[in-house]
Amino acid sequence: MSSNSKLKLILDGIIKNNPTFVLVLGMCPTLGTTTSAINGMGMGLATMCVLILSNITISAIARFIPDKVRIPCYIVVIAAFVTIVQFLLQAYVPSLYATLGLFIPLIVVNCIVLGRAEAFANKNSVGDSALDGLGIGLGFTIALTCIGLVREILGSGAAFGFKLFEGDGMLAFVLAPGGFIVLAYLMVLFRKLTSKKA
Amino acid sequence: MAKESTFGNMVLSLTVICLVCSALLGVVYSVTKAPIEAAQVAKVNDAIAAVVPQFDNVPSEEMSVVDDCEVYPAKMGGEIVGYAIKVKSSGFGGALQMMVGFTNDGTIYNTSVISHSETPGLGAKITDENIQPRAQVKGKDIASTNFTVSKDGGDIDAITASTITSRAFLKGVSAACEIYKKVAQPVVEEVAVEEETINTEEDEQ
Repeated sequence: MSSNSKLKLILDGIIKNNPTFVLVLGMCPTLGTTTSAINGMGMGLATMCVLILSNITISAIARFIPDKVRIPCYIVVIAAFVTIVQFLLQAYVPSLYATLGLFIPLIVVNCIVLGRAEAFANKNSVGDSALDGLGIGLGFTIALTCIGLVREILGSGAAFGFKLFEGDGMLAFVLAPGGFIVLAYLMVLFRKLTSKKA
Repeated sequence: MAKESTFGNMVLSLTVICLVCSALLGVVYSVTKAPIEAAQVAKVNDAIAAVVPQFDNVPSEEMSVVDDCEVYPAKMGGEIVGYAIKVKSSGFGGALQMMVGFTNDGTIYNTSVISHSETPGLGAKITDENIQPRAQVKGKDIASTNFTVSKDGGDIDAITASTITSRAFLKGVSAACEIYKKVAQPVVEEVAVEEETINTEEDEQ
C-alpha cells in the first residue's frame, strides 16, 4: 500500500468516517464527558489507546477465531485493554482518573471500538487496522475536544481551565441539554464544511 | 477469513483468549498496585497538609478512627497543633469527601475537598478554595458559628445556584466539628469550667 493511501486511512477516520459527527457512535461518553475541553480530550485519548490496541490485536487473531464466537472474543480483548488503561490512569494520572473514572469502564461498551473491530479490523492487515484505530481515535478526540471547548466557553467562561471572561456563563451548556444542543450545531457545521469539499 | 465453527475450536479459542487476557491483567494489576496506593495516600497527605498549621510529624501514621471518621493529629515538636478530620457528606451528584482542619483554639483552619461528583461549572466550584462557603468557614470559631447556609438561617453564604452542594459541604463541616469536640474539646471544657468557677468566686467577693 502506498503512503498516500495510508494517510487516507487516517484522514478517513477523522473526516469521512468521523465517529461522532458522521457515524454517530458512542454518544453516551460523548455527551457525558464533554463538560470541559480537557475532559473531552482525556476521554478521546483514552478511547484512542484502547481502539488502536484492540484493532491491532483483533486483526492479528481474527483468522484463528471461529465465526460464531467472534463477538465474545472481541469483547474480552477490548475489556482487557480498557481495564489496563484504567489501572494505568489510576496509577500515573490520578487527577484525570478522578474526572473520567465513571466513563472509563464504559469504553468497553462504546460502539466505536466494537464497531471498528467488526467493520474493519477483522478484514484488514495489522498495520492498516492500527492506522484505522489511530484515525478513528483522532476523529473522536477532536470531536470531543471541540464539543467540550464550546460547552466550557459558553457554560463556564473558560477554555482548557483558563478563565476567558468574568462571570459564570450560561449554566445550561454545562448540563445535559447544552450537550445535545452543542452536538447538534457542531454536527451541522461539520457536515456543511465536509460536503463542500466533496 | 472466518474459520468454520465447531464445538471444539469455539471452546478452545475462548479459553485461550480468556487465559491470556487474565494473565495480562494480573501482571498490570501487580505493577500498578503500588503506584495506585501511593497516589491515594499522597492525596490524603496533601489534603492534611492543606488544612492544618505547619507540623513535623506524620499524621497518617497517628491516625485514629472516631465515629467512622479518620482523625489525623498534626504535631509540632510533639505538641498537638491541630487536627485534620476526614468526613463524608452527600452532595448533589453523590458522595462528597472532604478534610476539615482545626487548630487548638477551636477554630477551623482550612478545608479541602478530596473527591466529589458535583456538576462541573456549578457544584464542582466547591473545589475552589476561594469560593464563598470555603473562604467563610476559614478561621471561624466552631462554638459561635452556625454552619448552615444563610438561606437556612445560618452564617455562611451558599455558592450561587449550588445550594445543595453548599449544604452538603457545611453538613460535613458540622460533622467534623462534632468529632473535633469529642477528640479535643474535653480539655478545653475543663478549662472553661475552671474559669467560670473563678469568675463566680470573684463575683461573690
